[in-house]
Amino acid sequence: MTLTETQITKTIDARGMACPGPLMTLIGAIRAGAVGDTFAVLSSDAGSKTDIPAWTTKAKHELIEVRPGDGYSTFIVRKAH
Amino acid sequence: MDARIVILGGGVGGTLAANVLVGRLGHAATVTVVDPTGMHAYQPGFLYVALGQANGRWLGRDERTLLDKKVDLVIEIAERIDPVARTVRFASGGSIAYDYLILATGSRTVPEQVPGFIGAGQEFYSLTGALRLREELRRFKGGRILIGVTGIPYKCPPAPVEFTLMLEDQLRRRGLRDRSEVTLLSPLNRAFTVEAASKLVQPIMEKRGIKLSTFFNVDAVDPTRGIVSSIEGEEAAYDLLVLVPPHRGQTVIDASGLGDAGGWVPTDRNTLQHKQYERIYTIGDATDLPISKSGSTAHFQASIVASRIASLVKGQAPSATYEGRVMCFLETGDRRATTLRFDYAHPPVPPRPAVIWHAAKWMFNRMYWHTIPQGRVP
Repeated sequence: MTLTETQITKTIDARGMACPGPLMTLIGAIRAGAVGDTFAVLSSDAGSKTDIPAWTTKAKHELIEVRPGDGYSTFIVRKAH
Repeated sequence: MDARIVILGGGVGGTLAANVLVGRLGHAATVTVVDPTGMHAYQPGFLYVALGQANGRWLGRDERTLLDKKVDLVIEIAERIDPVARTVRFASGGSIAYDYLILATGSRTVPEQVPGFIGAGQEFYSLTGALRLREELRRFKGGRILIGVTGIPYKCPPAPVEFTLMLEDQLRRRGLRDRSEVTLLSPLNRAFTVEAASKLVQPIMEKRGIKLSTFFNVDAVDPTRGIVSSIEGEEAAYDLLVLVPPHRGQTVIDASGLGDAGGWVPTDRNTLQHKQYERIYTIGDATDLPISKSGSTAHFQASIVASRIASLVKGQAPSATYEGRVMCFLETGDRRATTLRFDYAHPPVPPRPAVIWHAAKWMFNRMYWHTIPQGRVP
């Protein structure tokens, strides 16, 4: 499934937002969301490329896609449980 | 007719916006602050009260004493906003009409949403909670202390790290450190969200024997077993449990259909306007922006919104935009602190923790009442 085909529940534009940061905001969205909700997180923080996949694996959610953009990446994550 | 500007909330953002607006517009506008209590709280002080470093008396002031006398103060609970008719209805039955509305309603904590929190968990996000925790710590004679986060977003992202480091300092001074185990349950894979700050803080934690559990987002408390569990599926045991409670937007935002599922207001990251209603602006905790919910954020946003509305009232094109400016201190214990200053284009580069930053925070704590709400600090 690609970004364009995925139904995004909520887009979080966390570009340039160092604190609380993209991953913390994603965790908050996943906590508040329903099973099956899909979140797109826009992040300009280089650390997100390791942090977001690491947490989604640990918490057993699903990282559907990472799409590179101009100075940022978009992470598509689905709440799996 | 004069422009009618209504501000919901008399915290740092609402108070500063009101004072800046009457300064810019004089009698060309009526500026009204609506607040449910009429009392202004200095929330960064809760941390110091919980740790017994300050008493609760200095954390509250009569809002009237902080407002320019041209600002009208209405003590009412805002119950519902009608963004089409441009009115705000009060719980008492009255209402007020506006041309421009600033939502400075802040956030509220909802510990009841975490099973087992109330009764078992301590918190320092309210004056009552801070006083209760202070007394609990006075009675503490040693054991396992856990500090964790139960929901995101929450006010003041550095607060759990600060509390952990300052508490460990206190236990050492009281001769209880050898009998105590201090563990920070971090929501992330490091101690703090800003990596550069984590690199400063984690060696201090290691040196002081503070444990760090990563990717531990507290989900529930089981008081009978003395256990907290995480959404990542792990457990940890405690004798004293200190938790950051979950936060939500205010009920008036929900009741008016102006917010998202968390009660946060959809806000443009630069103009701070509501994404649907251009005459509604939001500042501080109340926005849905993934940026620090802190007094400094509200402070910097208040000036921008006041400037934009003042321009519009004068028939000029607004030019001030919010560029993500935030500034906060991060206490590291042993009377030292660092600072975090950043905006959308410039990530934070915190200096090495030093006595001077701790002194600066204390000076700020003392100067707050005479400077920030009045707009004396840009």
